[in-house]
Amino acid sequence: MADPELYPADAYHEHASLAVTERPLARAGLMFVAFAFLAIFLLLPLVVVFEQAFSRGIGAFLEAINEHDTIAAIKLTLLVAVISVPLNLVFGVAAAWAIAKFEFKGKAFLTTLIDLPFSVSPVISGLVYVLLFGASSLLGPWLKMHGIVILFAVPGIVLATVFVTFPFVARELIPLMQEQGTGDEEAALSLGANGWQTFWHVTLPNIKWGLLYGVLLCNARAMGEFGAVSVVSGHIRGMTNTMPLHVEILYNEYNAVGAFAVASVLAGLALVTLVLKTLLELRYGAEIAATRGH
Amino acid sequence: MTTAPAKAGWRFRQPSVIPGFGLTLGFSLAYLTLIILIPLSGLVWRSASLGWTDFWAIATDRRTVKALEISFGTAFIAAAVNVVFGTIVAWVLVRYRFPGRRVIDAMVDLPFALPTAVAGIALTTLYSPKGWMGSLLAPLGIKVAYTPLGIVIALIFIGLPFVVRTVQPIIEEIDKEVEEAAATLGANRFQTIFRVLFPGLAPAVITGFALAFARGVGEYGSVIFIAGNLPYISEIAPLLIVIRLEEYDYAAATAIATIMLALSFLMLLIINLIQSRTRKRYG
Repeated sequence: MADPELYPADAYHEHASLAVTERPLARAGLMFVAFAFLAIFLLLPLVVVFEQAFSRGIGAFLEAINEHDTIAAIKLTLLVAVISVPLNLVFGVAAAWAIAKFEFKGKAFLTTLIDLPFSVSPVISGLVYVLLFGASSLLGPWLKMHGIVILFAVPGIVLATVFVTFPFVARELIPLMQEQGTGDEEAALSLGANGWQTFWHVTLPNIKWGLLYGVLLCNARAMGEFGAVSVVSGHIRGMTNTMPLHVEILYNEYNAVGAFAVASVLAGLALVTLVLKTLLELRYGAEIAATRGH
Repeated sequence: MTTAPAKAGWRFRQPSVIPGFGLTLGFSLAYLTLIILIPLSGLVWRSASLGWTDFWAIATDRRTVKALEISFGTAFIAAAVNVVFGTIVAWVLVRYRFPGRRVIDAMVDLPFALPTAVAGIALTTLYSPKGWMGSLLAPLGIKVAYTPLGIVIALIFIGLPFVVRTVQPIIEEIDKEVEEAAATLGANRFQTIFRVLFPGLAPAVITGFALAFARGVGEYGSVIFIAGNLPYISEIAPLLIVIRLEEYDYAAATAIATIMLALSFLMLLIINLIQSRTRKRYG
């Protein structure tokens, strides 16, 4: 697994000759360009978040985090993630089971449809729910009559988040389960296991790391979503403001320390996500399958 | 957990001993329809019920046209920049060995993980006239924050991992023998890279470009802080949708959203065509 000879890139390094690699000067130049680009575009923004958050000292940072509306925003963000991630988890497993374990007509089309939310602007993802449930919609008067509040409240925020994070789990699991085939399940079934037993004791252990990987990415997006949630939230402080929306409000009020304090919590979350993701890739790369990137 | 009986002749699905097809497919389709398909078709339906004259009036409104131009234009430039630098980053990460390579490799995914609003305020602070980058660029007469250039910067940040993560696995797969053969036949390194390796990378590069471009066109959170949002100059289409919604002008919001969706799908279609062509040519 860790044998470096298995990686072709290491072979390049070990047996590099000028014919199949660049001259040292060209190498240094390319590396300089790559590092400079990454430093300016990725590292600097990240550093600025923490620099600004702690610019008035740790006291001001803690004060900003401890503020009533900030805590309400953190709670709402957690609540939204706790509802929407499991929904998409169940969907992801079900969709991957149907698509990976069976051959049926229209499978490719279904797979394309699952990826659809990725090609829709987040603002449009929010807009569709405003059109569906808003006062001027077909459903609007009916909802009002029955006292059901969806828009500018938690259900709307959850729906918009579910829309935006819809493909994450499914798109990790589908290629992984396709690669694993149906042999293990067929063996379990022929030995007398029923469907649920097969799933819990055979399939789930096979896909657990890939599942965790998908959930991790899904969760990061669910907690960080801005555009879609912004459209359906109504921006009521302490009520319908998630953390990213709270960052916007504080920033627009010229409360830089407050905005960056909340932002740094989100950035910390992003870093934890990246670390876990990298660990999963290094440790269980084969079990997550070669599906890197979007 | 019943398995549907296999029918003779035309079959919706191949027979299988694995249970749960009806349950999982039924649930997936129901969920997909409720969450994605009904809301999206609601948008198209509302847009269709506008009538052609109203729709055309909104579509050709100067502010709408400008906003769409700005969104698509800046996304195009940012994706082009990312193609160049993203390919270099992918090349360096795959081909060269240096301390901290894994950390840098992991860092590339930061824009996927960092909430867009956080990226937005960080970039704005960085490129404002008093910020670290802004104060360096100001003496050169370059203004980034609150100009279209700021939008491009934000979209470069957002789009970078799409290019790197699409190109990287293809560079990893390049057969060393191909390069050796080119070198043996007398090609210098420059020729090997541009005439032998790049054609093979082209489909991946185009895909990466398309993904970064599509994401950039719809991007909202990271852009609105740095853009300054001046109508006709630095107002992006997603923001105009939000503005129209806040004015309760649902018709205009719907129409702009429909145009954006149509343009994005058209673009993806064209890029898919280009891709299948390059694939055919280079195998």
